[in-house]
Amino acid sequence: MKYEAVIGLEVHAQLQTNTKIFCGCETKFGEEANTLTCPVCIGMPGVLPVLNKKAVEYTVKTGLATHCTISSYSRFARKNYFYPDLPKGYQISQYELPICEHGYVEIVVEGKVKRIGLTRIHLEEDAGKNLHDAEGGASLVDLNRAGTPLMEVVSEPDIRTPEEASEYLKKLRSILRYIEVSDADMEKGNFRCDANVSIRPVGAKEFGTRSEIKNVNSFKFVQKALEYEIRRQAQILDGGGKVVQETRLYDSTKGVTFSMRSKEEAHDYRYFPEPDLVPVIVSKETIESIGKTIPELPDVKRERFVKDYGLPEYDADMLTQSRSMASYYEDAARLSGQPKVISNWMMGELMRLLNIEGKDIEDCPIKPDRLAEMIKMISDGVISTKIAKTVFEVMYKTGRDAKTVVREEGLVQVSDTGAIEKIIEEVIKANPGQTADYKAGKEKLFGFFVGQVMKASKGKANPDLVNQLLKKKLSE
Amino acid sequence: MELYQRTIHELHDMLIKGETTALAVTESVLNRIKAVDEKVMAYITVTEDTARAQAQDADERIKAGDTSSPLLGIPIAVKDNMCIDGIKTTCASKILGNFVPPYDATVVGKLKRAGFVLCGKPNMDEFAMGSSTENSGFFVTKNPWDLDRIPGGSSGGCAAAVAADECIGSLGSDTGGSIRQPAACCGVVGLKPTYGRVSRYGLVAFASSLDQIGPITKDVTDTALLMNIIAGHDPKDSTSANIPAPDFTRSLNRDVKGMKIGMPKEYYIEGMDPEVEKAVKDSVKLFEGLGAKVVDVSLPHTGYAVATYYILATSEASSNLARYDGVKYGFRAQGAKDLLDMYLKTRSQGFGPEVKRRIMLGTYALSAGYYEAYYKKGQQVRTLIKRDFDDAFKSVDVIATPTAPTAAFKIGEKSADPLQMYLSDIFTISVNLAGIPGISIPCGFTKHNLPIGLQLFGKHFDEESILHAAFAYEQATEWHKKKAKL
Repeated sequence: MKYEAVIGLEVHAQLQTNTKIFCGCETKFGEEANTLTCPVCIGMPGVLPVLNKKAVEYTVKTGLATHCTISSYSRFARKNYFYPDLPKGYQISQYELPICEHGYVEIVVEGKVKRIGLTRIHLEEDAGKNLHDAEGGASLVDLNRAGTPLMEVVSEPDIRTPEEASEYLKKLRSILRYIEVSDADMEKGNFRCDANVSIRPVGAKEFGTRSEIKNVNSFKFVQKALEYEIRRQAQILDGGGKVVQETRLYDSTKGVTFSMRSKEEAHDYRYFPEPDLVPVIVSKETIESIGKTIPELPDVKRERFVKDYGLPEYDADMLTQSRSMASYYEDAARLSGQPKVISNWMMGELMRLLNIEGKDIEDCPIKPDRLAEMIKMISDGVISTKIAKTVFEVMYKTGRDAKTVVREEGLVQVSDTGAIEKIIEEVIKANPGQTADYKAGKEKLFGFFVGQVMKASKGKANPDLVNQLLKKKLSE
Repeated sequence: MELYQRTIHELHDMLIKGETTALAVTESVLNRIKAVDEKVMAYITVTEDTARAQAQDADERIKAGDTSSPLLGIPIAVKDNMCIDGIKTTCASKILGNFVPPYDATVVGKLKRAGFVLCGKPNMDEFAMGSSTENSGFFVTKNPWDLDRIPGGSSGGCAAAVAADECIGSLGSDTGGSIRQPAACCGVVGLKPTYGRVSRYGLVAFASSLDQIGPITKDVTDTALLMNIIAGHDPKDSTSANIPAPDFTRSLNRDVKGMKIGMPKEYYIEGMDPEVEKAVKDSVKLFEGLGAKVVDVSLPHTGYAVATYYILATSEASSNLARYDGVKYGFRAQGAKDLLDMYLKTRSQGFGPEVKRRIMLGTYALSAGYYEAYYKKGQQVRTLIKRDFDDAFKSVDVIATPTAPTAAFKIGEKSADPLQMYLSDIFTISVNLAGIPGISIPCGFTKHNLPIGLQLFGKHFDEESILHAAFAYEQATEWHKKKAKL
C-alpha cells in the first residue's frame, strides 16, 4: 500500500526581547540558576503579570512577514497544569483569540515554490527548566527561563515529506532572523519544534491518526524522526493495526521514536481568559508602523534574484537564507558582473569552508570584492577554474587577495600555445604505446594524455587550450 | 478616653498638636492587644518590634515638621493575605504557614511612605474563602460584641480588631462581601472600592476579577483617609484603572438634600430578619428626613448572583491556588515517594476543607465539556447583573440595602452546611460581580445588642457618592460611637 504523509509543525521561538514577557527580568542565556528571577516570574503569592509591549510588536511583525491577518483584539488565556517548571501551575498563553492567523510560508520543493499555510501565531510565556538526576535522585528546578516570551507558530498540515518539513523550518528560521525577532537557534534551545505526523493511502481525503513527536533539537533530526515515524506507521497499517494517537520522543542515537511514559489521558488544560491581563488592542496605525520596519523578505528577495540574476529557484532560495548571505551575494554579483558564477562559488567552495569552521558569512575572511576579483581572473583566463579552487583556499586561510596569491604561488595559468605544444610533444614522445593505441581507436585514452599534460605543467596549463591542442597533435 | 479608642483623624490632630506621640499611641494599642486578644483572637501575628521601630520613625518625622500625612504614626492592621516584606504572611493557611514574602504589596508600600505603624496581621478565612472566619486554618476569631458569635468573614480578624480597638484602622479585602459583611457583624465601617480603584499587586489572589482591597475603620472619615492613601493606578497591576483618584475627604459632607436613594425590591424579601429589616428601613427614613429622595428600583437578576459568583470565583481560585504545590515556597509534605505523591500530600495536608471544596468546584466548572455551561454562562449572566446596576443608576445616585440577611450568627451555627454559609453573601455579592463600590456602616442593634449593617452602593468609580451618603447618615446618628464591652 502506498501512503502519503501529512505533517504539521508547531514551532516555539523565543523572542529576543531584553526582558521577560510579564516582568522586568532579563532573558540572558546560560546564567547561574535562579538568578534571573523575581517574585512575578517565580509565581509568588500576590504577584501580577504586566505585558511586554515589544513581545507583542515582534509577534505582529512576524505575522506581517508571513502574510497573516493581525487581530486588532486578542486575549491571553490560562493553560492549567501542574509541573515543577511551571511556577504558577498555569501558563499564560493564548487560546481562542491569537494575535495572528491564516498566513503562509513559501518553500522550494523540486525547483518549484510551494506554500505551507500557517494556522496561527500566538504569544505565551516559557516555562523554567527541570534538571534531573541531581544528588540523591532529586530533580532541580531552574526558573531563569520561566517567563521568557515565546511565539508559537502553528502550520497547517500542508507538509507532505520530511524534506519539506526541514525546508519549512529553515525558511521560518530565516524569516525570523531577517526581521530580527528571534535568534532562532535550535542548538541554543530558542527554536523548538514539535511535529504532528499521520499517513493515509495516496488519494484518500481523510486524515489518518496522528502522533506527535516532541522536542527534536535539530533540523536534521526532525527530518530523520519523521522518516522513521512514517515508516513505523506504515508498518502498523500494513500489518492491519491501528496507529495510536500519542506523544513520542526521538532517540537520536538509536534513530527511533518511542512513546512517552505517560500515565494520564490527554490533558484537560481548562483554558479560560486570563483575568489579570486586559485584552490586547493593536491599532491599524501600530500595525502599519511595524510593517514599515520589515526589510525585503526572503521570498521576495528570492524572486528578485531569479528575475534579476537569472538564478534557478533552488539557488536563489539558498542564497537568500539570511540577509547577510543575500547582501554578500549581491555585492559580489554586482562587482563581478557574473551572477551565476558567483552563485556557484558561494554555494560550493565558500559554504564548504565556512561550514568546516562553523562560521557565519559575516565572519568570512573573503569579502565580496575579493571574491569578485578572483572570478574576474578566471574569466580573464589568468587562472583556470581548477587552480582557482586552490587560490580560494589560500585566500580564505591567509586573508590575502587573489592577485597576490597567484603571483606569490606562481599559479598564473599557462595559456602560451607554444609552451603547451612543447609539453604535449614531450608527453607524446614519452608515451609511444598509448599514442599508438589512441591512434588505433582507443578514444578513452584522451583523458590520460590530458592528465599527463596537466601534471607536467603543474596544473597551470589552460585546460581548454590543452584539449584543443592535444586533439590536434594526436590526430597528426 | 484611651488612645487606643480613638480614630485615625482624632489621633492625627493630637499628634500634630504635640498632645501625644506615635510611640505612646502604639504602646496603647499593643497593650490593648495584650489585654483582650486572648479573648477576641483577632491576630495571627502581632508585630511589636516593627511597630515600635516604625513609631519612632514617625515621631522623628513629626518632630521634623512633617505633618501632612494623616496616617503618620497611626497603628494599622493589614489582613494576612497582603504581602509585607519580611513579615510572615499566611492567608490563614497551613500551606503558607511559614511564608515570609520578600516584597511589599503596593498598598503596603503606600502605607509605609505615609508613615503608618504596622500593629499586626489579623486572622481571616483561609485564602479569603468564607463568611465567618471559621475557615481559618489556625483558629476562629470571636465577635467582640458576643464572644460566642462569628465576627463575619473573610476579613473577620480585621473587623474584630477595629471593633475591639486592637488597632486604629485596618485594610481588608473583599471578593464577595469580605470587607462589608464583617464590618456589619462587628459594627464598624467597611468599604469595597470599585474594581480597579486600588492595586491588587501583593494581595494574594482568590478570584482575580473580583478581589479588591479596602479600609475597615471606626468611622467614615477614617475610611476616606485610608482611601486617599491606597487608591490610584499601579503599573504593576494591569487591571488597575488608569484614572486619577479624587481626594475622598471632600465627600465628607452632611448635606444630602436631593440625593436619590434607590431601594431595590429584590433585596427586601419575604421572610427577612425583622430586626434587620426594621433597622435598614428606619435608616432609609432617616435619609428622607435629611432631604434625600427614596426611589424604588429593580435589580432583576439578583437571584442569580450567588450561583454566578460561586462558579466564577471558584474557577478563578482553582487556577490561582495551583501555585501552592510545595515546590518553591511554603509547606511541603514529608515522606512523598514521587512528584505526584508530593503534590497530593502537600495540598491535602496544607489546604483546609472549604478551600478544597472550592478548588474542586472551580476545576469542575472549567473542565472540558463544562466550560461553556458554567464558566462562560456565568460570565454572561455577570454582564446582565452589571447591566441591572447601570440601568438602576440612571434614576438614583446610591442604592441602600441591608449588608447581611442577619446579624452575627453563633460560631458553628452554619459551618455544617456550606450552602447556607454561601447565602450570607446574598446582599454583598452582586457588587463584586458588577465591580461597583459598596460600603457598610452601622445602622442599629438587635435586641441581643448585635450590630446591624446598612449597605450603600454607587456607580463605578463613584466612591464619593457613597462616602457622602454614609458620612451624612453617620453624623446624624450615634451608632458608630457605641463600643463593645470586653
